[in-house]
Amino acid sequence: MFEIGIGHYLSVAAILFTLGIFGIFLNRKNVIVILMSVELMLLAVNINLIAFSSFQENLVGQVFAVFVLTVAAAEAAIGLAILVVYFRNRGSIAVEDINMMKG
Amino acid sequence: MLATLVVFFPLIGAIIAGIIVFMPSEDKDVQQRRDSAAQIATCTGLVLSAICAIFVFKDVALGGNAYTHELFTWISSGTLEVSWALKVDTLTAVMMIVVTVVSAMVHIYSIGYMHHDNSIPRFMSYLSLFTFFMLTLITASNLMQMFFGWEGVGLASYLLIGFWYDKPSANAAAIKAFLVNRVGDFGFALGIFAVFMMFDSIQLDTIFAAAAGKKDATLIVFGGEFHALTVICLLLFVGAMGKSAQLGLHTWLPDAMEGPTPVSALIHAATMVTAGVFMVARLSPLFEHSDTALTVVTLVGGSTAIFAATVACVQNDIKRVIAYSTCSQLGYMFFACGVSAYSAGIFHLMTHGFFKALLFLGAGAVIHAMSDEQDMRKMGGIWRHIKVTYVLMWIGSLALAGVWPFAGYWSKDVIIEAAYGAHTGVGLYAFWIGITAAFLTAFYSWRLLFMTFHGAPRADEKVMAHVHESPMVMILPLVVLAIGACFAGILGYDYFVGKNAEHFWGDAILILEQHTALENVHHVPGWVKTLPLVVGAVGIALAYVLYIVSPAIPGMFAARFQGIYQFLLNKWYFDELYDKIFVRPAFTLGRGLWKSGDGLLIDGVGPDGVSSVVRVVARRAAALQTGYLYHYAFAMLIGVVGLITWYLFQHVG
Repeated sequence: MFEIGIGHYLSVAAILFTLGIFGIFLNRKNVIVILMSVELMLLAVNINLIAFSSFQENLVGQVFAVFVLTVAAAEAAIGLAILVVYFRNRGSIAVEDINMMKG
Repeated sequence: MLATLVVFFPLIGAIIAGIIVFMPSEDKDVQQRRDSAAQIATCTGLVLSAICAIFVFKDVALGGNAYTHELFTWISSGTLEVSWALKVDTLTAVMMIVVTVVSAMVHIYSIGYMHHDNSIPRFMSYLSLFTFFMLTLITASNLMQMFFGWEGVGLASYLLIGFWYDKPSANAAAIKAFLVNRVGDFGFALGIFAVFMMFDSIQLDTIFAAAAGKKDATLIVFGGEFHALTVICLLLFVGAMGKSAQLGLHTWLPDAMEGPTPVSALIHAATMVTAGVFMVARLSPLFEHSDTALTVVTLVGGSTAIFAATVACVQNDIKRVIAYSTCSQLGYMFFACGVSAYSAGIFHLMTHGFFKALLFLGAGAVIHAMSDEQDMRKMGGIWRHIKVTYVLMWIGSLALAGVWPFAGYWSKDVIIEAAYGAHTGVGLYAFWIGITAAFLTAFYSWRLLFMTFHGAPRADEKVMAHVHESPMVMILPLVVLAIGACFAGILGYDYFVGKNAEHFWGDAILILEQHTALENVHHVPGWVKTLPLVVGAVGIALAYVLYIVSPAIPGMFAARFQGIYQFLLNKWYFDELYDKIFVRPAFTLGRGLWKSGDGLLIDGVGPDGVSSVVRVVARRAAALQTGYLYHYAFAMLIGVVGLITWYLFQHVG
């Protein structure tokens, strides 16, 4: 009988996390994609937390996941707000164009 | 003590004039008063010094009261005890007379000669300072004190040759004199070290007392074992060669004529250049024990005498002729010392001091009259305009050529006879050289006289119209020196080398019994006594024929024997040779060290290298800041991965 164990959950989380990482630095187009990638990584972490919580029967992990969701929502809101302002000022949110810190 | 006064009067004068140098005034009248103050201070100092010197001479040389007067302790370090003391014996007293009298005359003469110049106090201060150093040199009671005076006169000579420092040639000549003298001084310094090594003292009296006991001692030099006193004497003689412009280290003397003429007369004819002769005579107790050293002294002296005399025959600059003549006469003095006739050398030193200073100052008067023209080819026919100078130059030339009864006759003949009387190979070499050089001396002296004063005027009309007799302040010193040039020989002969010599010299000069040259002077054959006079007369006659009777002949000679003429005119190519051997390689080496050693290596690795490395690193580090967000993110992730890996390996694994 095929049973879904903690290994599967962790694998999904690891795949999501890796996707998030590659999403951040292979992406040359849009800053929004970066924000989405960050969300992806946070969700991967959340899956980890939930999985461990469920398998170890410890509620702290789930409480922590709710916190992470809150923070992620706030971060998405602020990040998008900054992006809007940035677009207004510079007329572009392409990653390629954002290099004002070049040495 | 009188001797102390002799030494320090010039220093006081120099200091007073030196203070005046530092308070120049814009106002012409004020400046003129200050100039006069400097002149009066220095001249008074020198005249007083000369008067004291005469009293010292009377007391010490004629009265036989040699003494050493200790002033203060200078250096006391372990066994090295050096005190500042004035050693006054006959040798010193004679030198004192020469130095102070000639110097006083030159000071007074300078008032007239330099009156157009606008830094008179500086000139007078330097002159007095030089005299002070020269007096410390001759009163030295130890080698250290002598070295102090030695370097001091070198410094004063440098300052005075380069007195007109806006003239590049004067600066070059000053540097050359200083550098060439440095070679000699290096030898002198090594000699002093060697003396201290051998005798454990540099006090002259101690050395002289111990010298006989050390006559078989040896010294190890560069792994070879040599006779110690020979090594010491040769090293000291290198110093003497430098200061006295002997063959090899003579090149600075003719160039030193770039200085004002009074300087040439005082330093480069009468006093400083004789320091080497004085040193050899002073150290006679050392030189006497080394036959090799004496032979070298004779050879170098003789070779210089003939070399300089040949060159003097073709030079056209009036001062250079006299400069080479000085060089040649110094050669005479040295070979006199070389055959152990030190007193004859010093005798010639004294008479030479008078007549060479006279000739130089006379030449200065001529140059002054000819509106600063020094080239004899542009003179001629001026004797009617400056009769007094003309007569004085004749006296100087007669004395130089050794015509009876002028001063040079007595001293030069005794030297030539002593060289013959030495009865050695080198003695005979020196004798024949002395005869030949006497002939050349007479020739070039009269060549100078005829070219300068006789014949058709070759200067332009403007200069000729301006030809005038020098003022009294310049003529009087010349007259005093002329008196010396006339009578110093005949008066001094008995005391210096004649029947009173033994009493006169006392312990100042030591001659071993086996060195009998001076004794034999009185027993040489008649032809030896007359030959110098004869060749002198022939020389004068030849000059008369060549420059008065048919002035075309010298030009024809020069054209016919172009090789020899060029060889002599270029001073045996010594300057060119040194230029090739020493100056150019030194320049190349210096340039190489500058460009590659300092520029490439030290600057390249040091300041420049560090700064360029910093710049490159900074540029690379700056390039890391691409400004692209994903690069930072990537770096962050790599960092996090690294940190976690490390953490896992450290704490979990």
